[in-house]
Amino acid sequence: MRNTKYDKIADHHKAKENRLGHFLAAFLSGGVVGALGEGTIEILCFFFSLSRSDASVFMITLFIFLACLLTAFGYFDKMVHFCRCGLIIPITGFAHSMMSSTLDYKEEGLIYGIGSNMFKLAGSVILYGVVSAWFFGLIRYVLEVVFG
Amino acid sequence: MTFSFQDVYIEDTATICGPYEKRGPFKKYFDKTYDDFSFGERSWEKAEIHLVKDALHMILKKTGYTKEEIDLVIGGDLLNQITASTYGSLGVGNGFIGIYGACSTSALGLIVASCLLQANYFQNSLCLVSSHNMSSEKQFRYPTEYGSLRPNSATFTATGAAVCMLTKNKRDVRIECATLGRIVDFDQKDVNDMGRVMAPSVLDTLTRHFEESGRTPQDYDLIVTGDLGIYGKEIVREYFLKNYQITLDHYDDCGVMLYHLASEKEIQAGGSGPVCSALVTYGYLYSLLKEKKMKRILLLATGALFSPVMVYQKQSIPSICHAVSLEAV
Repeated sequence: MRNTKYDKIADHHKAKENRLGHFLAAFLSGGVVGALGEGTIEILCFFFSLSRSDASVFMITLFIFLACLLTAFGYFDKMVHFCRCGLIIPITGFAHSMMSSTLDYKEEGLIYGIGSNMFKLAGSVILYGVVSAWFFGLIRYVLEVVFG
Repeated sequence: MTFSFQDVYIEDTATICGPYEKRGPFKKYFDKTYDDFSFGERSWEKAEIHLVKDALHMILKKTGYTKEEIDLVIGGDLLNQITASTYGSLGVGNGFIGIYGACSTSALGLIVASCLLQANYFQNSLCLVSSHNMSSEKQFRYPTEYGSLRPNSATFTATGAAVCMLTKNKRDVRIECATLGRIVDFDQKDVNDMGRVMAPSVLDTLTRHFEESGRTPQDYDLIVTGDLGIYGKEIVREYFLKNYQITLDHYDDCGVMLYHLASEKEIQAGGSGPVCSALVTYGYLYSLLKEKKMKRILLLATGALFSPVMVYQKQSIPSICHAVSLEAV
């Protein structure tokens, strides 16, 4: 049952959040991750004579590997603590969610542990990512048909 | 539902804790401390069972009782099917009762055991609680290595196991009276603000305790709540002042007391978990009573009866609070 008298008093003692600080941290760290990604692509294109699309695939794979490695060594969650969503929104966050689930359930075995829990957090991202990609593809197709 | 007990005493206590609690102000009151979370085990659940076994081993060593001389073990923890208590208590005692009161288990165990001892069904009983930061995270929230972002009102599950042995033989500290809590729901839904969720149960149990026992806050040297954290604690204080004109002077919260909150940023609003109030009460407060530095302490262990499934189904989180009064003899 809701108690308005209680809610009023509880609202007095709400924790303060440093939203601006979090926003800036995420903005800067997200930018740094993006710049590192772009730098990696440039390096791969320049030194290994890869096409831009091939280089971006290698860059993404490299970032996924690094995020998984840092998660396994226990550093990634501490980095997220400072960088906030700057590390969660890029592909590093996706890799981190899968790796952390895998680590937690490894003792339950390959099937009931890792297999059934790996996508615990990432499953929603994949499902709604695919569904929204389909819709955006449809919108783009319609726009192309209409406006040539 | 306030009972008084005439001859239920605390034989001794055993407290084991993890790395964060070790860095807190009560290190010297704990019997054994660890620097890591795994204790050589391969999973967090096994690590928590390890803690329970450690605590039981410690209490038997301290009291000199054998496993067979223990009449009853009452245990509870946060894991599904109270796994840590059941697996950890194997082979100890002649009877076992598993209880679940979320973080209020520390007081609930003392109340159940005291009633059974007072009724002369048993001569002694072990009251056992445990929680493990990682196993609770895994079960209730996100994978342990996942860098989940939490607001400052969130609390941190304490790691440890604590046992309190109750006996009918006269000792220095006794369980003097208790108020059994009832389930309270003020329609709170924020899983990251458990202080706000659980404070209503403290208001309910504490007012009933004062009414039914005829006591006032002045009858206690200290009143402690279980794990409301810094924000929940202030809600209770202000609610009592505004609605009942009662000033809670000697009042604190175990979740706030257990850590150096200023330097431990990860703890955020304070500690939580059944062992949070147990470590403070069975460790620090018990020794204060034993050394006669305090005469009477009221423990209000708070528990959020929180089910992730029901929260996803948009239901509110009920809470419960059990009160136990400990007195130096």
